[in-house]
Parts: sequence; C-alpha cells; structure tokens
Amino acid sequence: MELLHVKIPSWGDLQWWLPEAVLCCTFLLALLGDMLARGRRPVVAFAISVAGLLAAGALAIADTHAVAPAGGRAIMGDLMVVDGMAIFFRLLFVFGGLATVLFAWTSEEIMGHRRENKGEFFALTVLMTVAMMVMAEARNVLMLYLAMEGVGLTSYVMAGYMRTSLRSTEASLKYVIFGAVSSAIMLYGLSLLYGMTGSLQFSGIRAVLLGGGAEPFGILVAVVLILAGMSYKIAAVPFHFWCPDVYEGAPTPVAALFSVGPKAAGFALMIRFFYTTFAVGTNAAASNSLIQVINWPLLVSVISAVTMTFGNLVALRQTNVKRMLAYSSIAHVGYLLMGFVLLSEMGLAAILFYLLVYTLMNLGAFFFVVAVNNHLKSEQLEDYKGLGYRMPWAGVMMVVFLGSLTGVPPFAGFVGKLYLFTAVMDRQWFWLVIIAGLNSVISLYYYFRVARVMWLVRPDEGHDSPLRLSWLQYTVLACLAVPTLVLGLYFGAFKDLADAGIRTMAGG
Amino acid sequence: MSFITDHILSWVTFLPLAGSLLLWTVVRREGPARLLALGVALADFVLSLHLWFHFDPKTGVDQFVERVAWLADGRISYNLGMDGISLMLVMLTTLLGPIVILSTWRAVTERVPEFMGFLLLLQAAMLGTFFARDMLLFYVFWEAMLIPMYFIIGVWGGQRRLYAAVKFFIFTMVGSVFMLIGIIYMYYHAGSMDLRAFLALDLPRQAQLWLFGAFFLAFAIKVPLFPLHTWLPDAHVEAPTAGSVILAGVLLKMGTYGMLRFAMPLFPQGVATFAPLISTLAVIGIIYGALVALVQPDVKKLVAYSSVSHLGFAVLGLFSLTKLGVAGSLYQMLAHGLSTGALFLLVGVIYERRHTREISEFGGLAHGMPRYATIFLITTLASMGLPGMAGFVAEFMILFGTFGSTTLAHGRLLTVLASTGVVLGAIYMLWMYQRVFLGRRDNPRNEGLADLSGRELVVLLPLVVLMFWLGVRPGVVLDRVEASIDRVLAPLAIEGAAPAGLGAALTTPVLELPEGQGRFVFGNPEMR
Repeated sequence: MELLHVKIPSWGDLQWWLPEAVLCCTFLLALLGDMLARGRRPVVAFAISVAGLLAAGALAIADTHAVAPAGGRAIMGDLMVVDGMAIFFRLLFVFGGLATVLFAWTSEEIMGHRRENKGEFFALTVLMTVAMMVMAEARNVLMLYLAMEGVGLTSYVMAGYMRTSLRSTEASLKYVIFGAVSSAIMLYGLSLLYGMTGSLQFSGIRAVLLGGGAEPFGILVAVVLILAGMSYKIAAVPFHFWCPDVYEGAPTPVAALFSVGPKAAGFALMIRFFYTTFAVGTNAAASNSLIQVINWPLLVSVISAVTMTFGNLVALRQTNVKRMLAYSSIAHVGYLLMGFVLLSEMGLAAILFYLLVYTLMNLGAFFFVVAVNNHLKSEQLEDYKGLGYRMPWAGVMMVVFLGSLTGVPPFAGFVGKLYLFTAVMDRQWFWLVIIAGLNSVISLYYYFRVARVMWLVRPDEGHDSPLRLSWLQYTVLACLAVPTLVLGLYFGAFKDLADAGIRTMAGG
Repeated sequence: MSFITDHILSWVTFLPLAGSLLLWTVVRREGPARLLALGVALADFVLSLHLWFHFDPKTGVDQFVERVAWLADGRISYNLGMDGISLMLVMLTTLLGPIVILSTWRAVTERVPEFMGFLLLLQAAMLGTFFARDMLLFYVFWEAMLIPMYFIIGVWGGQRRLYAAVKFFIFTMVGSVFMLIGIIYMYYHAGSMDLRAFLALDLPRQAQLWLFGAFFLAFAIKVPLFPLHTWLPDAHVEAPTAGSVILAGVLLKMGTYGMLRFAMPLFPQGVATFAPLISTLAVIGIIYGALVALVQPDVKKLVAYSSVSHLGFAVLGLFSLTKLGVAGSLYQMLAHGLSTGALFLLVGVIYERRHTREISEFGGLAHGMPRYATIFLITTLASMGLPGMAGFVAEFMILFGTFGSTTLAHGRLLTVLASTGVVLGAIYMLWMYQRVFLGRRDNPRNEGLADLSGRELVVLLPLVVLMFWLGVRPGVVLDRVEASIDRVLAPLAIEGAAPAGLGAALTTPVLELPEGQGRFVFGNPEMR
C-alpha cells in the first residue's frame, strides 16, 4: 500500500543530486580521515572538507545551466525537488559553508591549542550544509521534518563544540531544549495537516485544501503551529529566546554560520511550504492570499514588525559585539519577513536576494569578530577602541559590512531592503514599511557605534600595536566585502537568479 | 578629447572618486597625497569649466545627458543630466574643492591621505547628486555623502566630535529613510526610477500630500529648516575647517536643491497646501537664526547660526512660488556658499593661530593683521547683503518675490518680518567684527600673529572676487538659470494642478533678461 504516497526512488535521480551526494561523501571521508590521523592532524579533515565543498560548488554551478523543466525536477520519489530556488540555495549554502570552514581554520576558538577533535568541526559543517540544502529542496512533509532535525542535531553539537567551556555547553543545552519543544509543536501541526488531508506531499495537501476538504479551524490551528515551529528556526519573535544566548555561547565561527545558514534554510523551507501548499493565484504581481481561513498578511506583518523592532531595540543596549550581532540578526529576520507578508512572487524573490546579501554581510561582520577575538580574547565593544588603526584593512571591510547591515547605499544591504520594502508597497501594509524605515535608523545607531569606537576613538596607550591577520583571513573577508560593495551597485544578475528561483518554484 | 567630452558629466563626477581611491591605496605619503588631491580637484574644476562654456542657456532641458540601462531591464538607469540649476551648484562645488584642499595645508597633519580621500569622495558624491536624473542613482549619491562627512567630522573634528558626527548622521538618516519610502512608492506606481517617469505620474491629492511630506522632511533636515536645525551648530563647531566649508558651501544646498528639483515639481498639490506653513517656518528660521547668532560667544557658532538664517531666505524664496523668488533662492544658495564658505575659512585661519574662537579672546586684530581684517570685512559685508555684493541681489530678489506672491496670503507680512532678518544680520555680523577686529589690542596673546600668508590669500581671493562679481553682474547667473527654472516649475503652473493664481504667478514674466545684457528688469504687474 502506498501509505505515505512516496514513490520508490531510482538511482538515476542521483545525477540531479550530485552536490549533496558529494558532500555526504565528504562528510564521511573527513570523519574517516580525522580518525586515521587520530585527531592530531586536523588539516586532513580541513583539506577534505574544503575540497568537497569546492567540488559541490562547482557541480552546483554547472547545474544552473542544465536546470530542469518548469516547476523543477522531482527527485527521490518526489520527496525533493531540484528547481531554481533549490539551486540558488545550494550555491548560497556551499558558499557559506566554505567561508565558515576557511575562517574557522584561523580561529583560536576552534583551532586553539587545548581544543580537542578539531577535525570534527569541519566534518560537521559539511554535514550541516547538506542538511540545509535538503531543507531547501524538500517538498514532502516527512522530508521537511527530517531535514530540519538534521540541521538541528548538527547545530546542537556545534553549539557545544567547546565542551570544556561552560558557556558553550549551556548554549548547546538551551538550543536542544528549545529545539525539541518547537520541533514537537511543528510536528503536531504537521500531523494535524496530514490527518485532515491524508497527504504528505505539499501538492497533495494543497489539492485537498483547494477542494475544500478540510475543516477551516483545523487548518488554522495547523498553520499556526507550523509557523511557530518554523519561527523558532529563523528566530522570529516570540520564538527568539534561544538565539542571543546560543550565539554568545557558541564559538564565534559557529555563531556566524548559525546566523545565516539555518536561518536561510528556514526561510527556504517556509517559502516552499507555505507558497506551494497555501497560496492561491499564480499572478506574479498580485498578492496571494492564503486559503481563506486566516488573515495571513496581518499575522506575518505583525510578527515582522515586532521582530525587527524588538531585535533593534535590544541590540541598541548591547555592549558585547557578538551579542549585538545576535540581536541584529533577529532584526534582520523581521525585515526578511516583510517579503513574506503578501506571499507574492515579488516578495519571495526579494527574500532570496536579501538572504544572499545578508549571508555576505553578516558572515563578514561575525568573521571580523573572530579575527579580533583571536588577538584580544574579547568581544566587548570597549576593547574595540581604535581598532581601525590597528588593523586598517579589516577595519575598512568591517565598515562596509556595518554600512550594508544598516542598509545605506552604495552597499548591498540597501538594495536588499529596497526590494523588501517594494514588496509590501501596498496601501494596506504601508505602515510596515514605515516601521521598517524607522528601524533602519535605530540600527544605524548601534552599527555605527561599532564603527565609531573603531575609527573615531583613539586606541589606549600601550594597546595600539598593529594586529596582523593571516592572508587566509584577509582573503575570506575580501571575498565577502567586495561582493557586498559590488552588489550594491550591480545586482542585476543575482536578482535574476533569485527571480528565476521563485518563478520555477511557483511554476510547479 | 571626445572620449572625455562625450561623457563629461561622468568624468566630472568620477574623477574625484578615482583620486580618492588612489589616496586610499597607492599614495600614502603626506606630501604627495596633498599634491595629488589638489591636482585632482583642480583638474575637476577645469573639466567643469567645459560645462560652463558649452552650456546652452536658452533651453531648460537637461544637457550633456548620459543614459545607460543599469538594472531591472532599464527601469533603473544610470542617468545623468545637467540644466542651469545643476550647473550653478556644480560650479560652486568644483570651485570650493581645490580651495578647501589648499586650506587644509597646515590645518590637517594627521592621516592626511585619508582626509584628502574623504574630501574627494564627498565631492564625487555631491556632484553625482546634482547630476542624477534617476531617483535610485540620486538616492545612492545622496546617502553616499553621509559616510565621508561622518568620518571627516568624527576623526578630524574637535572635542565633541563623536556626539556631533553621530547626531549629524542620525538626523540626516531619519529624513532620508522617509524619502526612500516615498521613492519606492513612486517607483512602484511609475514602473521606472527615471525622474521623467515620476514627473509624468498623476497622483491623487492625498498621496501627493504624504509624499511631499516624506521628501520635504529629508530636504528640510538638510537645509536645515527651523525647527530641524539643531544638528547644524554641533556639526559646524566640531567639524574641521574644511568640513565646515563643504558643509556650509554645498551640503546645505542639497536641501534647497532637492526641494526645487524634486519636492516641488513632483507634488504640486503638496506645495500648494504646505507653502504657507513652510514659508512661515522659513521666516521663523530667519529671525531665530539671526537672534541666536547675535548672542553666540564663539565665532564659528555665530557663522553656523547665520547659515540657519540665510538658508531660511532660500526656502522662503522657493515657496513664494514666484519666479523671482525662486531665482533669488538659487542666487542665495550661491551667495551663501561663497560668503559663508569664506567666513569659515577665515575663522579657520585665526583658529590655527590662536586655537580659540571665543570672541572675547580677541579685539583689535586689525592692527596686526591688516590683510586678514580687510578680507574679513569684505566677507562680512557680503554675508550681511550689502548692495553690490552677491548676497544683496539674492535677498532683494527673494523679498521682492515674496512681497509679490499671489499664493501666500500673508506674503507681505512675511516680507516685512524677513526684512528684519536682514537688519539683524547686519547687527550680529558688524558687532562681531567690531569686537574681534576693532578697538585696542588688549589681550597680549593676540600680538605678533602672522597676517595672511600667500597660500591663504590664494585660497580666499577667488571667493572675494566672485562675491563682487555676482554682486554687480547677476546676469551671469540669471541668464543661465532662467529657462531651467521655468522648466522645473512648469508642473506647478499646469492648470488644475494647483489652486488658481499659482499658475499665473509662475508664468508671469516677473523677470526679464534681455539676451546678453545681464541686467534684469522688473515688470511684475502685480506690483503696481
């Protein structure tokens, strides 16, 4: 009996899933290599991970040209789909994973003398990358849940990576508890949905819902529960409590990855799930309403407004740069949710583009914190005094990241916000744009407070020696800063990629 | 040379940017950095002379246009153009560029390449703002001005530079954000970021009011219009001399330029509704600025508040909604740029020698520094609008225009009140001059101060010459801007777009400029 409506996968599907397959092998090889090196030569796992990520990246890029028919190519018995959006996220995650691996190699927190199991860190990053890619590809409720748990479990381990550190262990435990509860909530919603529609496929659920074969109140409950579970993943208010503590406790490179990877994956999942199951209408310009039982735009716009305002207001008061970035990442989730309000293709494409920009600038800002931490062993803002003069190039790049996070031109963050604002440029939701605009001003204050301390305050006597970064750190930072600048002035090609991603996803 | 002249606007805009990049990366030693910056600024001035001589004053249409599809299938374009209004402000900018750089020769000794780099970066952004005819491009340049100014104030500024830099940044950003929202709204409806598409948009009255508010707020903060002016004295006092000169000379004009170029033609209904309120605020600003300037103990702060007063005149002229008033307003932008720019330079000169700006510290300076005292006097007279100087022409036209305004019900009352600003201006300027330069030289520390050096004279003389030149030959400017003003204000004159009377006031030839003669004849029938 076809109980779960899952078709039997064929080996042939694997050819459309090569990047993920390569990364799975990379993970195993890295673990194996690390074991053979008895954990004493982390370079083995590092090299394998980098090679694997590069190969996966190359394969993913090659795929952009050979992309599937409209609506994407269903693989693995329709559990997953490879379409424009999946490819977009593949590239994003591979890039983020690679940047994290490279930068972690230079981080004292990961590679310091007294750390154990250094190699495992790289393997875990690769594993997380695969899980995130699957999150962006899942089109079946079961797969959705498995992918989310995959990302979750890996992140619990990574958050507790410094197992002798109290803060790190605490972060991990908090993450586990919050993660487990929210998973349970979401699972409850998903099972309700399955119970009402008898299908695990997004398209199957949609068909039943469109036919009116489900209790409206039941749908309402299910949607709210699922949204809650996913809000946890992306750290939207009021499901954000874990976020600052985990980021602060986890090693900074891990926090960097957390702040972009799982969030982007969560958004990918939300886009695919809510759009393909609930949105009505396929007109690109018109806003799509969720099936009539719930005032979707109102719900999301309120979450969005509250999330960005909360994130920014709390970030304003932080004295620890890492914690400030954690709250700022909550604020950015608020901005991102703006694209979700009307469930229009325009808004969803804006989310994709912003995620790309956000990955660049947020990773950059976090990596700068890593580089500083290596030298100063501190993330306190007061220790950043005159830092710009001690590490000028990195300091300039940090200003680029901060400017972009604020959303001032000519940086990429501005363009990202431009698209998000345009997405809700509708009479009824105009207030949200105004709130978002005011939030940008608030964020200006705390982002530029960092720039101010770094550049406008002179370093203290005796603490003004130049700090050196390794060439690898400069390279990675430049690979993030240059696109942050260039995308602010020329973003056409990447916006097209995001548009195409949403179009092929919506076409199915 | 055609590869330059074909893209002259881009060259003028991006030459300083290129210089700035060189300063950040290659030229890292102090001496060469100064020379390079000066060379680039001079070259930019020479390039802009090409604009001056090849500009066709007969038409108000944008000239030297460059338009290349940029993004979103050409809905956003790289679109530069220049009409008479832009021409004047661009010339002011490129003229002040080398002057400012030369003025920092002794004043700035720390991190010289970076400082010069920021100055040139700022110049590029300002020029781009005046040229941009695509709203996104405009916004990018507009915001790009913030970052260099933030660092110029914040790194090279005075005691409270951190506070001033942050306040400047946040004030400006608050305004800009609302303008951005307005721009996005219009983009959403017009389907293009082209200014012409925005102008072609027929918006309902309600929307126009809101959008006018959003745009106007951004510009009013920049001007700054009372009561949004509080960032200005802080920024001016803390900024290094070069920063103050650029700030007063050009950055403040961004506000009035933005009103004239965008807020007024795009939203005639908004203009018609808010003009009485705005002109009242402008007059309050004129008087308030003058009164506060009167009691300042610090010369630089006095000049800063005088800017509030002078820019109040510029806003009043714009919202008198008469051609004479608008032309006078543009004239005021230039006159204020010259005279206040020169005043800040002069204040910088004495600050370099005495490291104080307290008026009470000085007295009798004219004895030891005759050249300095002379140029300061000329500038003072220019600033208070003595006949024969640029400021007089501007204020006269503005007051005349406001008096004859048919749209401002209380135009004549406002004129009378604004005139007191002229009188107050004379009082605070002359009183300051008296306390600083005249009388006996009581304070021993004021003895033996060096008079203006050759370099300082070179910096100041062009400004002094222009103050006189614009004072006696207003046609030089007015000939070139008349057609452009007509064209920019045309949307306000369209029948039905604004209340009756507005159209008539704008189309009546209040100002006739017989070709080539450079004298202006008043023929406003309203005035008889």
